[in-house]
Amino acid sequence: MTTDNPSPETPDDGWQRLHPLSPLARVGRLVPALVLLFLVSTVHSKAENGRAETDYLVLITLASAVYGYVHWMVTRWRFEGDTLRIETGLIRKDSRRLPLARIQAVDIVRPLLARILGVSELRIRVAGSGSTDGKLAYLAESQAAELRLMLLAGHHDPVVAASANTGLPMAMVTTSRLLGSVLLSLVSIILMGTVATLAVLDQFEPRTAAAMAGFLAVYLLSFAGVVWRRLSGQYAFIAVEGPEGVRIRRGLLQTISETVPYARIQAVRQVEPLLWRPFGWCRLEVDIAGATARNQRGEGTAVVRKALLPVGSQQDSWHLLARLLGAPDPERTPPPRRAKLKAPLSFHFLAAGHDGTHAVCVTGRINRATTWVPLEKSQSIRRVQGPLQRPLGLATVHVDVAGKRARAEFRDREVAEADRLVEELSELSRVARLSSPRSPVASDGTHGVPPSGWYPDPSGRHEQRYWHDGRWTEHVGDGGRRSSEALIPTP
Amino acid sequence: MTMSEDQAWLRPSPGLWRMRRAEVVTSTAVLAAFFGLVFLAAAGATAGLVSVVVLLALGAGFSWFVRRRYRAWRYQARHEDLLVARGVMVQRLSVVPYGRMQFVEVTAGPIERLFHLSTVKLHTAAAASDARIPGLELGEAARLRDRLTELGESMAAGM
Repeated sequence: MTTDNPSPETPDDGWQRLHPLSPLARVGRLVPALVLLFLVSTVHSKAENGRAETDYLVLITLASAVYGYVHWMVTRWRFEGDTLRIETGLIRKDSRRLPLARIQAVDIVRPLLARILGVSELRIRVAGSGSTDGKLAYLAESQAAELRLMLLAGHHDPVVAASANTGLPMAMVTTSRLLGSVLLSLVSIILMGTVATLAVLDQFEPRTAAAMAGFLAVYLLSFAGVVWRRLSGQYAFIAVEGPEGVRIRRGLLQTISETVPYARIQAVRQVEPLLWRPFGWCRLEVDIAGATARNQRGEGTAVVRKALLPVGSQQDSWHLLARLLGAPDPERTPPPRRAKLKAPLSFHFLAAGHDGTHAVCVTGRINRATTWVPLEKSQSIRRVQGPLQRPLGLATVHVDVAGKRARAEFRDREVAEADRLVEELSELSRVARLSSPRSPVASDGTHGVPPSGWYPDPSGRHEQRYWHDGRWTEHVGDGGRRSSEALIPTP
Repeated sequence: MTMSEDQAWLRPSPGLWRMRRAEVVTSTAVLAAFFGLVFLAAAGATAGLVSVVVLLALGAGFSWFVRRRYRAWRYQARHEDLLVARGVMVQRLSVVPYGRMQFVEVTAGPIERLFHLSTVKLHTAAAASDARIPGLELGEAARLRDRLTELGESMAAGM
């Protein structure tokens, strides 16, 4: 482990310090709050004709700078065999040992100021807890990347180890398309419409306009917040293929990295909102069974819905789907015409179908949603017939998967077909479950080992690296030429 | 229901009907007494009598509905899965494979205990699974619980 910034205080027993610019980057986290405070106090002092209130802002900044500096002084970290030890605290000593074998994920977080200063924060999550367990704020960018690689590659769990990888992109979202998609959402249209109306109203009835603006300010701000979060959260979205799952990196002010493991996918949903349809855009969402043991109290295991593609063309979406579920394309049939009496609006897109391994259904009118469910994940099959459906001879069949909302619905099918579907789907799910090629480990919700083969090199120094028997080997490939180089260079 | 009739459907114990009937009778009596007295005090004897009659008629209608609901409950433990059917207005049939079962819950509320009944509920990872069998006699509930647990263990498939 080499550091770009050897500080003179570093003794030889392996203790390392954070980046010297850390105190500054820490103060940077306060900037939004300080700006807000400054604005509030300027408005205030304007009203009262005084200007003493900005002084305490300087005080706060100074205090936090001093605190940041002290924190930097007393924080150090080093490797002790198979553990990473982080020590911090001046008055109350806090010493943490993070066993490498239990590390679940290592995230690099880069707030805006940190990015300008060229430093990043390293957050380490250990198995068995939902929150961040270890934090190194801040390290030089190159050092953080290297340390992350080291923590992950030295790991016993191949899947976690493999997440050190940076592979080939499967899908990405250009800024212009993201901007377009966000502008064409209901929230931003309401927002823009209201603002425009207020502006027009201001020309004729300034007083009413001001009163209404005051009344609507809270709503407008929260709407603007939603729009902004969508924009900044999905900015520079890129999905990369890895042996264990799809890796996603996104974010404007804060870069977020997450992995969608193939083995835990319960359902995939493709949503096409009305306003996006002329452009052929869609959004792809997945439901993934939770990684932690939290919330295992019966009412649906922890299942998170994640955007796999915030906006993309049908082709992008299909490409991702093919990789996730192996391009399932069962024939979809619409329900009988008389279903229109029961579902006059949603009948338009309503369709469903299944093959030996997947069920697919299309629902919705304004937002057309297509849901794919792998039958091996089905938890139960239900047939429901409501009072409106009975006289029409219709019934709905649900294929439930883990979670609260995820399911495939064969809506408003003929009764005879529904009865047949119940039998057929139960039988197919049973067969799919038994024949799903997974290791015994996989049965309790964890993952199997990815197959041996060539994958993108995690270190990024070469194009590919060979993955064998659950670990990275020294064999690398560049444009067809093979050579060998250890993943972690020996010092 | 045209679902495989090869095996007989099992039904909750008649105790469930007795319990439901007792619930309807008690609440009807309480409501009729309350509103009867209120109308008697506010608008005279005729109004009080009419309100009691109306409430008793409502109670009778409701008890007919509850009777039909009770009759709609049925379940069947097949080789691979448990079938539970219920509902009058909205008819539901759930097929839950034993392999997907996370745990079996047996509950008995205070009223259920009075009638020596309990409810068996099957939990899967999906919140919507909806496999609940009410009104089982204590012995039958315990037997079903043990059977389901045993089958679940032998076929566990997890997520």
